Amino acid sequence: MREWAGGSRTWPIDILTNMAPSTKKNPIDLLFAVLTAVSSFSIILLIAGILIVLVFESSLAIHKFGVFNFIFTIDWDPVRKIFGAASALYGTMVTTVLSMLMAIPVAVGIAVFITEIAPSFLKGPIGVTIELLAAIPSIIYGMWGLFTLAPIMSNTIEPALQATLGKLPVFSILFKGTPMGIDLLTASVILSIMIVPFTASISRDAFNLTPEVVKESAYALGATKWEVVKNVVIPYSKLGVFGGVVLSMGRAIGETMAVAFVLGNNHQITSSLLNAAATITVSLANEFTEADSDIYLSSLFYLALVLFVLSFITLFIAKLFLIRAERKYSR
Amino acid sequence: MTHETKRKIEGFVALFLSTLAAFMGLFWLIFILGDVLINGMGALHLNFFLNDPTPAGVSGGGLRNAFVGQLMITAFATLIGVPIGVLGGTFLAEYARGKKLSQIISILADIMVSVPSIIVGTFIYALMIKPFGHFSGWAGAAALAIIMIPVVLRTTEDMLSLVPWTLREAAFALGAPYYKVIIQVVYRGAATGIFTGVLLSIARVAGETAPLLFTSFNNNFFSMNMNGPMPSLTVSIFQYAMGPYDDWHAQAWAASLVITLFILFITIGGRLLLKWRYKR
Repeated sequence: MREWAGGSRTWPIDILTNMAPSTKKNPIDLLFAVLTAVSSFSIILLIAGILIVLVFESSLAIHKFGVFNFIFTIDWDPVRKIFGAASALYGTMVTTVLSMLMAIPVAVGIAVFITEIAPSFLKGPIGVTIELLAAIPSIIYGMWGLFTLAPIMSNTIEPALQATLGKLPVFSILFKGTPMGIDLLTASVILSIMIVPFTASISRDAFNLTPEVVKESAYALGATKWEVVKNVVIPYSKLGVFGGVVLSMGRAIGETMAVAFVLGNNHQITSSLLNAAATITVSLANEFTEADSDIYLSSLFYLALVLFVLSFITLFIAKLFLIRAERKYSR
Repeated sequence: MTHETKRKIEGFVALFLSTLAAFMGLFWLIFILGDVLINGMGALHLNFFLNDPTPAGVSGGGLRNAFVGQLMITAFATLIGVPIGVLGGTFLAEYARGKKLSQIISILADIMVSVPSIIVGTFIYALMIKPFGHFSGWAGAAALAIIMIPVVLRTTEDMLSLVPWTLREAAFALGAPYYKVIIQVVYRGAATGIFTGVLLSIARVAGETAPLLFTSFNNNFFSMNMNGPMPSLTVSIFQYAMGPYDDWHAQAWAASLVITLFILFITIGGRLLLKWRYKR
């Protein structure tokens, strides 16, 4: 593992002149150091560049619609040239929250299975399965969703939900309308299948960091396996698990191709999960090349800016949690 | 019911549910892979690789153009992204090792890995498409390279950190300058790891669609001109799957099968390589 030298404040140029342990006077060494430094600064350059370019490109829309007005306007009307992000934000939020609700229990369950329950000959294969699920590109999930999952949803699952939960007083507004399979619910299901591997593998890594001694002392007190998981492992690793959950949320917010096929790109705010909707990513994927006016294109850049800020903040929070978790465990 | 039986039942139910969750994961993988395999095999003839697309509705076309386009875009993205990523990771793990700056860049790179890829698409669109007024393969390669850089950078940093510091000290003691130590000692020690990182980053970008949608766009004809719109497998899948023809759908499945197999092959290969190198 790496050791941090400490929190002293250092500027890039100091590093180049002071850091190299051996030679300060070798010109090739300095050249190589500068080359690597420039390469690593490309990350900062990229993030700053993306922010600046998106703000610049969306300035027309920022100027015309403002910030709050844009976020809370439901209309997305290329004909009248009125654009608001509310409907796309709503779609992004609903699909993200719904998919997280479905994914988190399954992911934690998988992590518990791999770390605590599975016999050792199953640990490897299930772990690899999870990693492979994470490696499948999102467009495959999207196409599978369109051709395989959507028909199953519209023929079997959605009518069944309407017949059961849809009859209850409060839930009925969630399941109104004709089940078409191209809707918020299907998109959320696909998203959740996509997210599970990320959440599961980070939770597994966090669970694995629980010291055996602590677990064994709980067993010695007569705790059952589940009590050990519930009262020792999960409390011990909650920072890491939480970081993993937020990280997956960041992925869900920005996922494009998996939902682009099955959401219908219909800018509306609908209470029913069985209606088509739009997310920020789906709007971008579908409309970017079709934007026929400057303000339309600028509004799409504005949407991209909103998405960038949103996912950057989410990912940053996730990273903070994961760093804190790492510090806690390494102590 | 006594307290003990209640605890036992509760434990049994909870453990049963997590076992169920694990097998659900297995179920989805088999379901999705099986579906891609069954549907993809149907259109996987030799013609699929050797013919260009026929006009819409006419059967018998293939996706040769998309295979070539995908290869060229990915290859150029690798050529741009890998050197920058490896050098950047070298800076973090060597020259700036242990510094706050290295930590910050490392965190930012981790965030960049997960930033929505479609945003990279809009960024490149603004920089490389809008000013010139036409789509280009270069823009697609640049977008994929941007996605690759943080992935390669982070794995390189991690792999270089695994090389024992004493190894470098031994080389310093012989009077070698730092750059020589890095290139001849550290890179050699970490070669397998860096190579695997590059492989995995190629697997990552090979399935990317969103950043290509409005950079390299698509092209129904065979093209090796990186200055014009370039077809790619993933964008072709998107276009064909959303299209109305059964023939298109079959080809989209076949293309998905090829991409999925390619990516799974690289991912498994990379993992085996790492295991072989580090866990002996």
